[in-house]
Amino acid sequence: MKLTERLRSLTRPVRSVPLARHLLVGLIAFLVVAAIIGSSSQYLQTRYAEMAFFAIAAGGLTVLTGLSGQLSLGHGALMAVGAYAATLVLERTGGETLADVFVALLVAIAVCAVVGVIVGVPAARLHGPYIAGATLTLAVAVPRLANQWEFLGGEQGLQVPVPRAAELPVWIQDLVWFFTAAEIDQYSFLAYLGWFLLILAFVALANLSRSRIGRRWRAVRDDDVSAELAGIHLGRARVVAFTVSAMCAGLAGGLMAMNVRLTAPGAFTITLSLTLLAAVVLGGLGSLTGALIGAGVLAFLPHFATDLGESAGLSATQAAEVTPVVYGLVLMLVILLAPAGIVGSLRMFLARSSLGQTKEKTT
Amino acid sequence: MRNTARRAVQVVCVLTTASLLAACGAGKERPSEDGTAVGVTDTTIKIGAHFPLTGPAAPGYSEIPSGHQALYEYVNDNGGVHGREIEMVVKDDAYNPTNTSAVTNDMILQDEIFAMVAGLGTPTHRAVVQRLNDDGIPDLFVSSGSLQWGDDPATSPMTFGWQPDYEIEGKIIGQYVKENMPDAKVGLFLQDDDFGEDGEKGARQFLDSQIVDVQKYTPGGSTDFSPQMSSFKSKGVDLVLGFNTPSYTALSQIAAQGVGFKSKWFYSNVGADPALVGGLLASMTKGKIPAEQGVKLMDGMMTTEYIPGVDAPDDEWVKLWQKVWDEYSKKGSEKLTNYRIYGMSQAYTFVQALQANGKDLTRESIVETIEKEGASFEGPGLAPFRFSEDSHMGISGASVVELKNGAAEPLTPVLVTDIGDAPIEEDDSAASDAPPASGLPE
Repeated sequence: MKLTERLRSLTRPVRSVPLARHLLVGLIAFLVVAAIIGSSSQYLQTRYAEMAFFAIAAGGLTVLTGLSGQLSLGHGALMAVGAYAATLVLERTGGETLADVFVALLVAIAVCAVVGVIVGVPAARLHGPYIAGATLTLAVAVPRLANQWEFLGGEQGLQVPVPRAAELPVWIQDLVWFFTAAEIDQYSFLAYLGWFLLILAFVALANLSRSRIGRRWRAVRDDDVSAELAGIHLGRARVVAFTVSAMCAGLAGGLMAMNVRLTAPGAFTITLSLTLLAAVVLGGLGSLTGALIGAGVLAFLPHFATDLGESAGLSATQAAEVTPVVYGLVLMLVILLAPAGIVGSLRMFLARSSLGQTKEKTT
Repeated sequence: MRNTARRAVQVVCVLTTASLLAACGAGKERPSEDGTAVGVTDTTIKIGAHFPLTGPAAPGYSEIPSGHQALYEYVNDNGGVHGREIEMVVKDDAYNPTNTSAVTNDMILQDEIFAMVAGLGTPTHRAVVQRLNDDGIPDLFVSSGSLQWGDDPATSPMTFGWQPDYEIEGKIIGQYVKENMPDAKVGLFLQDDDFGEDGEKGARQFLDSQIVDVQKYTPGGSTDFSPQMSSFKSKGVDLVLGFNTPSYTALSQIAAQGVGFKSKWFYSNVGADPALVGGLLASMTKGKIPAEQGVKLMDGMMTTEYIPGVDAPDDEWVKLWQKVWDEYSKKGSEKLTNYRIYGMSQAYTFVQALQANGKDLTRESIVETIEKEGASFEGPGLAPFRFSEDSHMGISGASVVELKNGAAEPLTPVLVTDIGDAPIEEDDSAASDAPPASGLPE
């Protein structure tokens, strides 16, 4: 009895301070994820890495759309900006060391922050379908810029140099070897890097949404007039939300460039922006867990559908055509059966059942 | 006092945790690399390739893998190569380089292919060449004529071309135009990547002064070429050289009709299949131009040819392809097309290479075999391969042909050359190679 009280008092700061709580959850999550990555095949590692960068972008989008109430159809374009920024830096530095990689990602985030402000300022004045339209033009126009300027590589795109395992710092190689008994290679490296940054980004986003800034976003989303009456600067809150979200997209874009090892306009079609939005809706708007689940669906479902089609005896062409059908069906089913997304509907279900319990108790 | 005690407890905790973590260490010796060839067993060889099975580049190109598969089945039913059956994995990249990167990743890591054979497309394959070479995976007979597959074996030692590269094709076309149409005002219609660039480089060796206009297009971009055709019209172009894929042959023809632009047309081999372009014209105009009329529309167009096609049913090679296709096509209703012949011809070269390699097959040995013996492979190609230690370029020549009723009529003998300043020479020697009686490479 005394011991549990003692433990509770010791852990109170961790439980009551959001930052400490989020960091602790993040740390545990990273250890679990690292164990999973370490024991997976190279193929799965690439899937996990893909899931990580989609989740970062989706996390940024879910904060923007779910918390601040601005719909963006242009996040694919922001990912393109991040990807090109990171690629150009990696081309200059050679991208051989860990430092090069982080510099490239930081530049990608910084450039996207600037773009986020530039787009966010006019977007803050727009509502609903108008902001969707404005960001849509971004999604259509931005990737095409690559065809305008020679240094962006045109339709064929730019090759991305990625650090090879032998060029990573020895302590990382030893650490990974020590825990997983597997040599770190470029595939596992990108998976560890992706998930490390994903957890970092999610901790930051979770913290932000629990802070004063997050509360302002919700206030603006729920009722802008009363928010303004309460002294909240609407424009400022919206621009900050857009910028934070753009920074996530930039980081995701930089990671995507390293994973795909090629940055070309064909990767950043309007479909990408819509897919991200679909992932967010699928998982549950405004929920980071939902963004993670949505990203998982994005990274795994198409391959799963193709494999399923091929094992069912379809030709490669037919299997390729089946994939978008399966994806569309899953999306439709989720929207029909779980209109608040997977996480949203689960929450509602849990809330309802706990409400039922309390009712039973009171009666 | 209490403080010290607490600190001591903390230190003990940290140390315990650290030692526990240390005990979790896997504690194995790091293994050394082993040298078994991935994707090869005593009875099978697994290869893979990326093709546009969907999207704007799919018409025609999506038929190439079916040619490969038919020939491999034929070979497998006849005992395979050195007792091994060939299995081919085909993945769709929709002609989008980003997808190519993703599906190649899958083929390497999930399907564990021995080699990439016949991956299609210039911008697409370019995205994965470095990865394949970094990982030491043979990248054989790329389905594209870009120079980068073979002009620099030092940087891409595992990569080999197959078809004549666009530069020598540009040279052969350029020389023909210069000699036979010295007064023509030439407009270039180019795919905006290495495909168009290499072709332009070859053509300009002969036509620099005759070229009056250059128009480019991006695959997957706009499909309306009225502005480009109007530009040709306003600059007085009377001969268009197209380095483009088949869909864009059809689109440029539709746009030219739309703006009333009349000209002679010279499409590079890639974009000039009459049956396919005829069919595309019919479907793109929703039947306003019926397929037969579309084929007629191509009458008088010039192009090049480097393997015999369906329009020469009496050719010994085409007879062989027809026999294999009739026996092994998965759907009996589908006809043999030039794209299926292309696939079978490539597959034939791959089987030849495996035969020449012998029973001991590794990723390094196949590369060495092609470098040493590839130049002497006798196959359907009208000109020999250029494979050596210094060059991984494919077929060394082509003949200029004119289309009449969907069939190619030769305007020149086979013209053989190489990249750079190499002279263009007439050489019909490889064109008379006949297939072995069994139809299997020996």
